Amino acid sequence: MIYREAGQFKASYEADMQIFPIRQDRIAIAAIVLFAFVGVPLLASEYWFQAIITPALIFSLAALGLNILTGYAGQLSLGAAGFMAVGAFATYNFMLRIDGMPFLVAMVLGGVCAALVGIVFGLPSLRIKGFYLAVATLAAQFFILWVLVKFPWFSNYSASGVITAQEIAILGWTVDEPVEKYLLTLAVVTVLALAAKNMARTHTGRAWMAVRDMDVAAEVIGIPLMKTKLQAFAISSFYCGVAGALYAYTYLGTVEPEAFNLDLSFKILFMIIIGGVGTVLGSFLGAAFITLLPIFLNQLFHALFGDSLPPAFASNVELMIFGGLIIFFLIVEPHGLARLWQIGKEKLRIWPFPH
Amino acid sequence: MTFFFEVLIAGLLSGMLYALVALGFVLIFKASGVFNFAQGAMVYFAALTFVGVGEKLLLWFGWAPGSFASFLGSLLVTLAAMVVLAILIERFMLRGLVNQPLITLFMATIGLTFFIDGLAQLIWGSNVRGLDIGITDEPVMWLLDSANMLVSKFDLTAAAIAAILVAVLTVFFQYTKTGRALRAVADDHQAALSIGVPLERIWVIVWVAAGVVALVAGLIWGARNGVQYALSFTALKALPVLILGGFTSIPGAIVGGLIIGASEKLAEVYLGPYVGGGIDSWFPYIMALAFLLIRPEGLFGEKHIDRV
Repeated sequence: MIYREAGQFKASYEADMQIFPIRQDRIAIAAIVLFAFVGVPLLASEYWFQAIITPALIFSLAALGLNILTGYAGQLSLGAAGFMAVGAFATYNFMLRIDGMPFLVAMVLGGVCAALVGIVFGLPSLRIKGFYLAVATLAAQFFILWVLVKFPWFSNYSASGVITAQEIAILGWTVDEPVEKYLLTLAVVTVLALAAKNMARTHTGRAWMAVRDMDVAAEVIGIPLMKTKLQAFAISSFYCGVAGALYAYTYLGTVEPEAFNLDLSFKILFMIIIGGVGTVLGSFLGAAFITLLPIFLNQLFHALFGDSLPPAFASNVELMIFGGLIIFFLIVEPHGLARLWQIGKEKLRIWPFPH
Repeated sequence: MTFFFEVLIAGLLSGMLYALVALGFVLIFKASGVFNFAQGAMVYFAALTFVGVGEKLLLWFGWAPGSFASFLGSLLVTLAAMVVLAILIERFMLRGLVNQPLITLFMATIGLTFFIDGLAQLIWGSNVRGLDIGITDEPVMWLLDSANMLVSKFDLTAAAIAAILVAVLTVFFQYTKTGRALRAVADDHQAALSIGVPLERIWVIVWVAAGVVALVAGLIWGARNGVQYALSFTALKALPVLILGGFTSIPGAIVGGLIIGASEKLAEVYLGPYVGGGIDSWFPYIMALAFLLIRPEGLFGEKHIDRV
């Protein structure tokens, strides 16, 4: 009843081609964004901003980046965290070495650096695919971290290799409170998520999906493989790079190259598997799920066993639950949480009739 | 020059160990089309179980680790554990994923990696353990005397064990009925099922075989470097070996392992000082990548023809 698009006629091409053609979707998205910008800052506590919402948003962005590459363009990558590291360290260096560099510009430039590195490591995808490529992206992961650790120039010769994020100032607005950091993160994520949603349905996104579904066929119908694949690598790495910059600046504050290790890459991969491969919504759901799960488990263990539990036990059980969930999701719902929402939408559309 | 050969031989021998882990990958991939990322975790699990059981045997029966009785007891229990693990994996993971895209199966094995790592440490704890399998890590005397070269006896034994394992596996895959069934499963799950290949049993066999290879690799690596979480990462070392040698080729895994092992050590010794060292974390990957640009299917991989 509520979710029924009957009567919504499109009278112009513009109306037909908008990102959310159904009115209910538009209203829902607007309401969610409005709530995120106005409601959440009023409701949530400092702890929530620092430990849960901001990192979840940042991971959503990284997952979005990986989803573009793996979900839309079908190029399996295990190096997402490497590109995040490039973004974080490039942003740091732009801020450090250029006087009066605005943070947002530095962040975009950091993303561009990540995109360039992404293109370089995407080059093998022209020759190899599937597992071979997945393994090849590990080269990016290890090589980037090695460079950042071995050449102290990148961390401004700090003894421990740790970089400390400079103060963020945007047009005289100093971002230092958790709420402000959240709002900044949210703004960046909203813009990039809408851009991704838009890209996915344009010529670019369709070309990605064609390459994903069958690259030989895509080439036959005239999609330039090289351009499409490298574009996917570049845009994906850009997203990851920006996420990395936010990770360093609005979440952690101080960060070392080791923070962007293989585990983080896997985590981001898990986010898109659980959230839904090849959906924008899935990136958010997956990131929220993976961020909240350890906190939830922690609470659960605490409630069940009190303080008597050795910490190693909890972390091992957590590993097992993580792994088990991945397998469970792949078996039961390979399209992830986003698919559940889609099913819900279909049901709503025909409600109150069951079929 | 002697130094060069020393480095080369040390590299070749450690490459043999990489090849051993890579072999586990090839085995499962060749026989079921699954790219098993969890092989490293299985190596860790096997080694940890072996050591853990040894400790329990000492506690219950007073069999000291390293003694023959303890070795045999631990070996049997660990083998049994690997069989149980294979059955559980088949029952709870693979059966639900029949005929899914191979990428999905691959991601499931990443999940499996986490699960096994967690399980191993949950049961046996995460302390670093020593492992004694009765082979000492000392230089071979006559080589030291005659050519003035340091070659570890341990490495040589490990290489010999790996060679025997490869020979057995090759025979098994090429000349037995089960071997043929395995290859049928790798080509197409559903087609294999429909001509009467017992998919479930085949999968269990494959994973048991991979478990045995993991156990051998775990024993050798564990005896070398101690049984610790880092063992799980030996899998990452084996990956460039795989892409170099081709995913489906047992000889490829061996040759790839030798090349990677040797070039990694040589690069570390001769190139490392110019760029600050520690390049063995990525050098194999970059090398394998560069190689793939010339020959995308790897050294011995099957040439793949794309059709629409």
